[in-house]
Order: sequence, then C-alpha cells, then structure tokens
Amino acid sequence: MTDRALAVVRAGALTTVQDRGRPGHAHLGVPRSGALDAPAAALANRLVGNPPQEAVLETTLDGCAVRPRSTVAVAVTGAPCPVAVDGRPVAWGAPVRVPARAVLEVGAAVRGLRSYIAVSGGIRVEPVLGSRSCDLLSGLGPAPLANGVVLPLGGPAAVYAHVDAAPQPGPPAELVLRVVPGPRADWFTPAALRTLTSRAYRVSAASNRIGLRTEGPALERAHAGELPSEGMVLGAVQVPPDGRPVVFLADHPTTGGYPVIAVVRSADLPAAAQARPGTPVHFVTVRRR
Amino acid sequence: MRALPVGDDALLVEVASGAQALALHAELVRRREEGRITVREIVPAARTVLLDGLAEPARLAAELTGELPPPPPTPRGVVEIPVCYDGPDLAEVAAYWGVAEEDVPRVHAAAEFRVAFCGFAPGFGYLTGLPAGYAVPRRATPRTAVPPGSVALAGPYTGVYPRASPGGWQLIGTTDTVLWDHARVPAALLSPGTRVRFVPVRAGGAA
Repeated sequence: MTDRALAVVRAGALTTVQDRGRPGHAHLGVPRSGALDAPAAALANRLVGNPPQEAVLETTLDGCAVRPRSTVAVAVTGAPCPVAVDGRPVAWGAPVRVPARAVLEVGAAVRGLRSYIAVSGGIRVEPVLGSRSCDLLSGLGPAPLANGVVLPLGGPAAVYAHVDAAPQPGPPAELVLRVVPGPRADWFTPAALRTLTSRAYRVSAASNRIGLRTEGPALERAHAGELPSEGMVLGAVQVPPDGRPVVFLADHPTTGGYPVIAVVRSADLPAAAQARPGTPVHFVTVRRR
Repeated sequence: MRALPVGDDALLVEVASGAQALALHAELVRRREEGRITVREIVPAARTVLLDGLAEPARLAAELTGELPPPPPTPRGVVEIPVCYDGPDLAEVAAYWGVAEEDVPRVHAAAEFRVAFCGFAPGFGYLTGLPAGYAVPRRATPRTAVPPGSVALAGPYTGVYPRASPGGWQLIGTTDTVLWDHARVPAALLSPGTRVRFVPVRAGGAA
C-alpha cells in the first residue's frame, strides 16, 4: 500500500468519515448524510489547504488517535479539545504538521460534542453515490472507524493556510433554535405551539446523527389520525407519539409519518450538532424569509 | 393541489391520491430537466411531493395552485421479480383477504404494481397495485429482524426489504432479486413510477 494512508490507533466512541454528503437521491430513500457541523468541517479542510469537498473525520465526545504513514498537515476544529503529536501538545483550530509514523492524539472534547480532523489530501475511502460520508441510518458509505483500520489519503494539498488560529463559534451553553411553523403545525393544538416556543427543553442522551432528541413537555396533537408518509427535510421538528420534538439532522430518514410542527433554520443546525445531552434548548419562532 | 412551505427553501405539495403524486412528481422532474426549476430533491410520497433545496419556493407555490398535470405516459418496461411465496404471514394475509392461503400468490401475482414512492431504506419502494379491499394492517409487534429479499405487505403497499432490518410488515414471500447495489448503475432497481410484476417460483428458484 502507498504511504499516503492513515492508520487508526484509537477509534474513539464513534468516529466517522464525513464529507458534504450525498444529496440528490432522497427519492430513492437515500439520506443526505455529511458532516453535522458543516462549517467546522469546511474550516478544517481550508486550514490544511484541501478543497471543501474532501472527506474529514468526525469524532464524538472522546476524540480518536491516528498515525499517518507519511508527513501530513492536519487541523482539528469543531468541539475544542486537547491535540497532541507523539505526546507533545499542539494547536487546536490551526494547521499542524504531523511527521510520518507519529501519533496524532485528538483528546476528549472540553466543550461540545464533535471534533473534525482534516488531513492534507483528504480521506479517500471509496465513495458511494458520489460521497464518502458514513450514513448511520442506511449503512451507506464507510463503516465507523475501528482500531487498526487503514484509511487511504489523497495526494498532498498544494499550500495550507498560514494562520495561528481561526475564529470559530464556541459550542453553545444553551441551544437556541430559530424555527418557522412546519407544514403540519395545524395537526397540533394552539397550546402545543406555545409550549414548543415558550417552555424549556433539554437535549436527550438518545440524540444521534439522525436526530437531536429532546426531553421536556409533550406536545399535544389536535387530531389523532395517522399521517401518510411524506418527504422530510433537514431541520424538520418531527413529533413522534411520545410528544417530544425531534430535530432531524443529516442522517434523517427521507420520508416519515409523524407530523412536522416546525422547521429549524439551517444556520442553527451546526450548533445543534455540538449540543451535549442535558443542554437547554429554546425554540424561538421567526418569520419565514 | 395545495403547496405548503417547509422551512425557507422547500415546498410540500399535497394532492388527493398516490396516482396524482406520481403524476406531479413526473411533471416536476420534467420541468427540472428542462431547466425551468432549480431544486435539489424531488421526493414523492403517499399524497405529497416534497421539493427541497428550491431556488424560488414562493414563485413555484404560486404556479402550483392550478390544475394537476396529466398523468405521464406509462413506462414501457416492466421489472419482473420472481417470488417464492413462502412467507410466515401468508395465513394471516389470507384471513384478511378472505381467501384460502394457497390463493394469496395467485391474487398477488395477478396485479401489476407501480412504485408509488421510496423511503425507509435505500431501494425500498412502496408499490401500489393490489385491488381496493386488499389492504392489510401492519403486524401488532414488529419483527426485530426481517431477512433481505422479504416480500411484504402493509396498508395498500407491497415492498421488498433490500437488506436485513427490523420491520412490521406482513411477510408473504422471498426473492433473490437484488433491490439495491450501490456498485451498480442505477443502484436502485426500483424508483418512483417503475412498473413491477411478481412472478411466482417454487422454493429453490425454479419456475
């Protein structure tokens, strides 16, 4: 095998390969997938001189460790965390040189949930329908990282960014999600709509790449009937029978049968990707653009 | 026809039937191919078509209040799916239909199906075509594991599980046909509008 490769030393709780996803196949039941905190993934690529479509690693809470077979530039963005090369602390949020066969250790997130690791040349696993993203709902794309797996890398990038540190939004202490009324808001009582936008919710530990689940007051339906399956969008706030709203994230199903009470502004979804279980969530109504 | 806004850049267009949704889907795909609309996803479903990633949702919403498009011409090809009707829920389905268990394959294979829409898993089509009155409820308790290739019924729909997954549909048979192969072009055997016939075979695959 070529020396443009990265060996997984410590896979972490859940580390996946992600790029910008595979939109355009929803009519076949294929979720869009892709990095949940897309701006953080894009910044990581930019810091190492990669074009924005290159695949990066997305960690979950406890980071991961990898060993490149040749010298590479890496950048870690998203959830702030300690970063070390062969045990020596190096910068987070900035390009870092990792010599051949040194171990890059990306530590547990200090705040937030998901860190992004870009490597110069990009992670070049085999694409599926034009994307290298690991889709946890449908199983498309590469499996989550496992110890010992070797990931191919692309050729070295031209020039990487020369910055000390790039500004990034901090993970939210409170998650504010701006919403517009959803297509099935009329399936709920007026009280339910007020409850959604006035009462406090918390991020549930059952959240994942498919959806941000919440704990809080149940939302009451105005009528009990069954909704025929309909197409779902990213950021849809779907209300299952238990009444607790679920915000659809990148691996969401393409169709669903529970009514959508509201839709979250796409600009607020990267923050949702970084909200830990227990984080307070406030849904705030805004006008449709 | 009614167009409901979904977020800032999507529309959910409601129609009266699955057939109308399929016709509208075909019309919208045609408009996209002609460059008349810019949209990332066109997703038909049971009574709706979702347009997601739409450049001008308000303009299209205003355009879509008029008459429904005529149904598209029926596609010429028919996908034949050989089925061994050996599912564990045959007796239950026979009871719902009011026929003998051995007549379930005859009734099912006599119908011509269309893929109304896809969802649940890549390559999973919701097929309509059984006569009215042949709808069956989902199982009260879903199975934790349904084998790939299972041919199953729920509501008015027939579906084929592309891969092993949990499922609550009534299983009537199995097929060796590969519904989804991402290395194949196209990856999905079934897409919205595809015509399908189920052809009974005996266990082992021989007709």
